[in-house]
Amino acid sequence: MKKMRVLLVDDEEELVTAMAERLSLRGIHADWATSAEDALSKLENNRYDVALLDVKIPGMSGIKLKKEMEEKYAGMKFIFITGHGSEADFRAGSIEAGPDYYLVKPVDIEELIKKMNEVTEK
Amino acid sequence: MGFDLDIISKRGLQFFGKISASISHEIKNVLAVLNENAGLLEDLVLIAEKGGTINHERFKSLAGSMKKQVQRADLIVNNMNRFAHSVDEFLYSIDLCETLGLVTSLSVRFADMRGVELCPLYSNDRINITTNPFLLENLLWCCLDFATTVTGEGKTVRIIVGEKEDRAWIEFAGLQKLTSMAPDIFPSERERDLIRALDAEIETNTGAGQFIVKLPKKINL
Repeated sequence: MKKMRVLLVDDEEELVTAMAERLSLRGIHADWATSAEDALSKLENNRYDVALLDVKIPGMSGIKLKKEMEEKYAGMKFIFITGHGSEADFRAGSIEAGPDYYLVKPVDIEELIKKMNEVTEK
Repeated sequence: MGFDLDIISKRGLQFFGKISASISHEIKNVLAVLNENAGLLEDLVLIAEKGGTINHERFKSLAGSMKKQVQRADLIVNNMNRFAHSVDEFLYSIDLCETLGLVTSLSVRFADMRGVELCPLYSNDRINITTNPFLLENLLWCCLDFATTVTGEGKTVRIIVGEKEDRAWIEFAGLQKLTSMAPDIFPSERERDLIRALDAEIETNTGAGQFIVKLPKKINL
């Protein structure tokens, strides 16, 4: 079975490194980036099934980054993670972003994997 | 000067909400990191229980990271507490450097999002002024918010504080893009309301890439 590939994008380095390690222990290939620039450069040489994007990252909003990533790699799926108080709070302001899923921090790893499987099966 | 109490509902509540939301966002980030670190520790213990090897260095580094996050949360909550208490009294004597330090800390996340560094260049000497602390925090936050949009190549806002006779002043420098953006958008109506309430002045020097906020040592009601 093909190993799922995910790109984690969040400016909290300790968050993405631990999350990447945990995903890797569960058989998922995970790379990480801490800025929009870094994420876009990762896409130059790699392909991912899913990108997990923080809504607010330095240099560019997660919403804008999603649009740029989609232009580079059309088949990619997106899950947003947000530090907003609630998913409803985030949805109210960003409905036009159209990611496949939203998750509110702190994220449960099993819930995240379930969402990743769901979006890639779509 | 006439103190317009409406300014608290007109500008103050908006500011209070913005800062509260930002603080809750920062706390969520800390919780997210703690959650992943604790989860990873749990994963590693499970592996060890099943006969896998224990990487002591990894355990130590995760524990260190968690302690660091607790310290970070403590600082955030301390700032939140200081900010909340700034509405305790309408008028009182404050140390301008301390207030500026608090507002700078509260603004760091916003500046980070723009890739801008806030660089306070002042000593810890006290500069006491009698003012409305909450409205002053609001004005300083607006100044920093604007300053981070007009920095030059260095992407740094330098903040300098001083006093002369009956005025204290704060200089925001390193703003090379000030020429093209001011004075149409800054100070806006929001800042002008606050300037009036605090009996303050803003002096812009576009050529030098700086603006200065001048405050009376004591405002009179």
